[in-house]
Amino acid sequence: MNNRPVYVIAVVLAMAGLLLFLYKWLVLEYPLLPKARAEIWNIEAHVVFQGKGAPAKLEFLIPKETRRYLIIDEAFISRGYGLNTRTGVNNREAIWTTRTASGRQDIYYRASVRFVKRSDSAESSREKSISDKPEFDDASAHAATALIEEIRSRSSDVSSFAIQLFQHLNNEKPDQNVDLLLGQNPGQVKRIEVAVSILQAADIPARMVHGVLLDEYRKNAPLIQWLQVYDRGVWRSIDPAVGEVGIPDTYFTWWRGTDPLMRLSGADDADVAISISRSDQPALRSFAEQNVAEKDGMPRFSLLSLPIETQLVYRILLTIPVGALLLVVLRNVIGVKTFGTFMPILIALAFRETQLVWGIVLFSLVVALGLSVRFYLERLKLLLVPRLASVLIVVVMLMVTLSVLSHALGLERGLSVALFPMVIMTMTIERMSIVWEERGANEALTQGSGSLVVAALAYLLMTSNQVEHLVFVFSELLLVLLAATLLLGRYSGYRLNELVRFRVLGKD
Amino acid sequence: MLALVSKLRQRGVMGINQRNAEFMLPYNPRSLYPLVDDKLLTKRLAEKAGINVPELYGVIEIERQVRDLPSLLASHRDFVVKPSQGSGGKGIIVIGGRSKNGYRKTNGVLLGEHELQHHTSNILSGMYSLGGQPDKALIEYRVQFDPVFEAISYLGVPDVRIIVFLGVPVMAMVRLPTRASDGKANLHQGAIGAGIDVATGRTLSAVWYNDVIEEHPDTGNPVRDVVIPHWPRLLELASQCYELTGLGYQGVDFVLDRDRGPLMLELNARPGLNIQIANHAGLYHRLRRVQQSRASLTDTRERIAFAIRHFAA
Repeated sequence: MNNRPVYVIAVVLAMAGLLLFLYKWLVLEYPLLPKARAEIWNIEAHVVFQGKGAPAKLEFLIPKETRRYLIIDEAFISRGYGLNTRTGVNNREAIWTTRTASGRQDIYYRASVRFVKRSDSAESSREKSISDKPEFDDASAHAATALIEEIRSRSSDVSSFAIQLFQHLNNEKPDQNVDLLLGQNPGQVKRIEVAVSILQAADIPARMVHGVLLDEYRKNAPLIQWLQVYDRGVWRSIDPAVGEVGIPDTYFTWWRGTDPLMRLSGADDADVAISISRSDQPALRSFAEQNVAEKDGMPRFSLLSLPIETQLVYRILLTIPVGALLLVVLRNVIGVKTFGTFMPILIALAFRETQLVWGIVLFSLVVALGLSVRFYLERLKLLLVPRLASVLIVVVMLMVTLSVLSHALGLERGLSVALFPMVIMTMTIERMSIVWEERGANEALTQGSGSLVVAALAYLLMTSNQVEHLVFVFSELLLVLLAATLLLGRYSGYRLNELVRFRVLGKD
Repeated sequence: MLALVSKLRQRGVMGINQRNAEFMLPYNPRSLYPLVDDKLLTKRLAEKAGINVPELYGVIEIERQVRDLPSLLASHRDFVVKPSQGSGGKGIIVIGGRSKNGYRKTNGVLLGEHELQHHTSNILSGMYSLGGQPDKALIEYRVQFDPVFEAISYLGVPDVRIIVFLGVPVMAMVRLPTRASDGKANLHQGAIGAGIDVATGRTLSAVWYNDVIEEHPDTGNPVRDVVIPHWPRLLELASQCYELTGLGYQGVDFVLDRDRGPLMLELNARPGLNIQIANHAGLYHRLRRVQQSRASLTDTRERIAFAIRHFAA
């Protein structure tokens, strides 16, 4: 028998699998470890206002995708409103309109966003805002001009100008020019507004940005303002609090400019609450979403493009080949005896629900009880199929009894016995009793415990996060598994237990 | 452990994987398995080719016929009930005589009419068949074994297993029932396996479970150096079985009847490997040798001559 075709197929499969795997890992940068989690933030803006029984219109600024944050998902929720979105130079806007709004009105905007990559403080430079020349009154204009002169003399470029400016504005004992410009008890917003005015007076395009910090769960997230100056083709962010170039990764830009977040007509008492929550999705899902967002061809033909529920099923199904390979090794290389070829794998699947220890306890319990019933049935001399059916019915009754008992005892784990494949257990009981009678208790127990050991090992392997992750994300590894299995299919060496069996032949 | 592996390799001891991958799969086409898995088919095939087999008294094929069992058996004092597609000796009942209440098995246990019928039903429902398909029950002649084995077997009938590869008998053993095997001639059930020198038909070493033994544990008689009667005829019959089925690698089981001589019991497409332990020798080198000389081994005479020349102990 020529083994070459097997080797060739195996090598081709393995190479194909490994190449795809390497491509996905190194080029597409699929995560190799299951632990890598991407930060997905769910942002929700909840607008409440009172309708007056008249047509109402809500113009609400919504975030635009930036280089730092990707909007994975968006939802606009309202009842009875028409919706329109508009993308302007600086901002996006959602416009809800209705013919009549009466009573409390609730409108939600939801977005899931993901931090994509670190970048410097530069913002997308496509749109340079045409800023209005600021209008200062006489005194302020003088103060501003004086301040600009002073800062210019000490700064070299736009960024350092802005930084110097904030040092003046943030000074605890501001000079009189600054004092005049800021007025009494200036807030952060006022400072930035003044900064924007001064910068524009100095012919430096500047704008205020509004956003939220995505750093923790927040019910009522405050809006945080930042300053951006236009410098050599890009918008640079400047931290107004400390007067430094930069923006934290957690800063999510909502809108730019001095416009209010929302404008409402035809209704009163508008209020908006922004809440932030973090969703702990594995990096994987967001990865898929990112790719879908990027219209990348590759993942659309991958498992990751399937609906989540289906994905969850495949997460489990794809571990079965791993278990099968383990079974091949245990049976053909080690020589472990089991009942039924793939029975241990099905048992291992059932262990997912019961957990290992409970699974083994419950399984042994059901099989032991079923076996004793089966031994009694043997005396009744029943025909094969009715006997099998009787054992099956007994198995079901045993499972029910175990569930009820364990529930009464408060052992909730015992309920999971329901998930055991009962036909498999019935066949196990039948085979075990036959082996028991024909070959003795020893052989029956050997095979029974062999099955359980294989099932336990398969369970441990198949439920390992790493294994599950690898076969799911890099499903092409199945080709490698297949290659290994094919090779084992032509393995003609000794099984480990044969060394014991034939050891007498090894003696002289 | 590696030393053991290389020692076994050097002696040509064959493992299950090797048997399956290098001999069974390439030389035994799937389509031919039914010929040997169904003992009724094998029996008819052998009869046609003029190979003696235990006489068939009757076949029970459907449940309805089970009721007629007593009348079918009325004319026979002793007989064997076996599943047509059984394996490993499972489901075989040997009746050695009758008593008032029913049948007496060779081990002395009494079996009522109903128990025998139930057993037959079980056979029909596939309890002992490969894969559990519905089966037939064969009622056949109970072999009166050759007196040469009287001293070295307990209850049941000893049988001779010859491994035939491409028509060449490569290794042989005789399986001797013991008290532990309940009269059955299966090694894993506790029968003794004694290797046979292919050239002379003389028994060699013997194993019982995993131990090498010299005497039968129940009778105390030596099992070595017993000459198997009709040996040349056995070799010839075994070799013919290759043409009978076309299976390249098979185990042929014979019993030696006091009156009728060698009877072919069954053929096995998956013969076990314990024969190597019984012979204290590996199969692999012998099989390779046959493979290499395949072209020159065209008829039974040449094949047997080849076996005698090369596989003498």
